[in-house]
Amino acid sequence: MTQLLIKGSLDTIYIVSMSTLFAIIGGLPLGVLLTIWKKDGIVPFVAGERVLGSIVNAVRSVPFIILIIALFPITRFIVGRAYGIQASIVALVIGAIPFVARLIEAALLEVDDGLIKAATTMGATPIQIIFKVYLVESVPSLIRSVSLTMITLVGYAAMAGVVGGGGLGDIAIRYGLHRYQTDIMFITIIIMVLMVQVIQSVFNFIADRLDHRRT
Amino acid sequence: MIRIENLTKSYQSNDEKLVALNNISATIGSRELIGIIGSSGAGKSTLIRQLSLIERPDSGTIWLDDIDLFKLRGKDLLRMRRELGIVFQGYQLLEQKNVFDNIAFPLQIINMPKSKIKEKVNDLIQLVGLQGKSAAYPAQLSGGQKQRVAIARALASSPTLLLCDEPTSALDVVTTKSILDLLVKIHQQTNVTILIITHELSVVKAICERVIVMDDGYFVEDGPVREVFYQPKHEKTKLLMSYLEGTL
Repeated sequence: MTQLLIKGSLDTIYIVSMSTLFAIIGGLPLGVLLTIWKKDGIVPFVAGERVLGSIVNAVRSVPFIILIIALFPITRFIVGRAYGIQASIVALVIGAIPFVARLIEAALLEVDDGLIKAATTMGATPIQIIFKVYLVESVPSLIRSVSLTMITLVGYAAMAGVVGGGGLGDIAIRYGLHRYQTDIMFITIIIMVLMVQVIQSVFNFIADRLDHRRT
Repeated sequence: MIRIENLTKSYQSNDEKLVALNNISATIGSRELIGIIGSSGAGKSTLIRQLSLIERPDSGTIWLDDIDLFKLRGKDLLRMRRELGIVFQGYQLLEQKNVFDNIAFPLQIINMPKSKIKEKVNDLIQLVGLQGKSAAYPAQLSGGQKQRVAIARALASSPTLLLCDEPTSALDVVTTKSILDLLVKIHQQTNVTILIITHELSVVKAICERVIVMDDGYFVEDGPVREVFYQPKHEKTKLLMSYLEGTL
């Protein structure tokens, strides 16, 4: 039993870490585009921003549990099957990319507009403004976005467990719900609560350490 | 030499057309230390936006030596922006970068070799009197020190024109004095033309040789500071001076 829970926890950690990683790889560029394409952004492209924004909103408005099922064909195409750990990572990444894109966008928009204008005036190219101003100045917010993404994905990963996605959610459903072993369900909940607490504290600590706005 | 030639700029807001710059002209020689003064709404900010090549005028132009600034496009425009030194209102420093990296920013974007950047930035740190603050972050600095960083950064590209937008409006009297002293020192030690745009008469009076008075989009008076301040001709200048009487 203990082994089952340890394996479930490790699976969840693996699923959450991998899907966070890929969601950021996919979501970061989209968040940057959503920021710079705005009407008063550094590379205005309003039509592009609208289309991208609508796609992001559309994916975000589908409840995740339904999104997983809807994605079965795509998941099957990418990893060969629609259930298991790999499959849940695919679904989680696709579900989380729009979420990450909006978080990154919000973090970048916090950067003082006067500073962006100053950088433009100093002759920085859009690429330089992205890498030397936007992504540098928003580091603490970006770190906090990563923790928010991971925490959300702990919850999403449990939902993926409902359709055989592995991890703690899977165990909670199979043992806790289908076999009435409420003790197991209870333990999985405690483990997930602990995971969320740890993620939150670790990332808050890192974000604070990297934030030079404090004296 | 900078020649502002019949510069006109207006903005459209709803049904109203607001003329912010009304056919203004002036010639500023190299090595001048000149102030442009006006109350809010006079068109100072609009002028700054044209001078810093952020906006284009409706008509007229600005010449820098023999270059028509508004004919510049693409790479040439970028190169010109990199050659202008601007001290922005409100410092505009990178909060997550230390003093050294803030001053190095204009040099990093032109990909100057690291060793040359180090040499240049250290010289600038000396010039503006921030020795020992190289590793400090803006949050750890006072307003005056932040403005020194901003001035050093503006000088990093060895500009021929240093444009200062309200350089002391956020500072107290004592700090204002020290920043103005620094500008005078820079003016003496380098060949840079310094153009200060401000609403503070005391700033112009303290360090400028020449002043242009702006009102309602016009250059209403232009001449040596003593003349303009003691024998104001235009109504607006007279009004401005009356505020200053107590301190003159």
